[in-house]
Amino acid sequence: MHQEYTVIEGDFVNAGKASSSVKKTLKQLNVSPQIVKRVVVALYEAEVNAIAHAYGGTVSVDIEADKITMVVADKGPGIPDIALAMQEGYSTARPEVRDMGFGAGMGLPNMQKNVDKLNVTSEVGVGTTVEMEVNFA
Amino acid sequence: MTLKEIAEMLNAEVCVGEERLSEEVSTAFASDLMSDVLTLKDTPILVTGLCNVQTIRTCDMAGLDVVIIVRNKKPSEEMLELAEENDMMVMASPFSLFKACGILYAAGMKPLY
Repeated sequence: MHQEYTVIEGDFVNAGKASSSVKKTLKQLNVSPQIVKRVVVALYEAEVNAIAHAYGGTVSVDIEADKITMVVADKGPGIPDIALAMQEGYSTARPEVRDMGFGAGMGLPNMQKNVDKLNVTSEVGVGTTVEMEVNFA
Repeated sequence: MTLKEIAEMLNAEVCVGEERLSEEVSTAFASDLMSDVLTLKDTPILVTGLCNVQTIRTCDMAGLDVVIIVRNKKPSEEMLELAEENDMMVMASPFSLFKACGILYAAGMKPLY
């Protein structure tokens, strides 16, 4: 099953719509609640990142019998040093992002904790792509 | 203790989810930082001063389904609609975050960590 969503820069009101919809789909498919939580927390973190740091992007989700693959691709400033961005507490978030309760520098590390496979690629001035995979069993 | 007892202790108005007042709860977490909420193990309750749509959305994603907003902030219609859609309970208390947590802790609610 393939689903696609568009993410708009600074659109915090709609942050989480993709994750929310994926949550409903997985519940209907009877995926275990623990796995659903890992999937939606990781996807939500990635969605918020795309809204907070980039100029919008897309979320594509593929659900197969045994796993879910999620790709969040943004058009944005890119990440110059991915290893640094993966460190807990490192953040470049603007004050308005922090006002929304985010920007603590925990997003990428938290994605890593919740997924089975994480791949972050980025080109400065072009954008960032976050690919995540979670196995259902 | 029950959610009804919590609402009474915190002088809180139940905005949505009244049908859940008889439910028993034993642990809670307090934070204004949604990034932190997204790293939690399971607990039903968040006590927070952050009053926006992301508070509700974050709790939904992280599996928390009782949100207690402090400092007399009024949750927006949009927040309440989203909460209702996801079978969540939202209360609003006039107390500060510190006071609300102090009361719940003294009454025997357990911290998560």
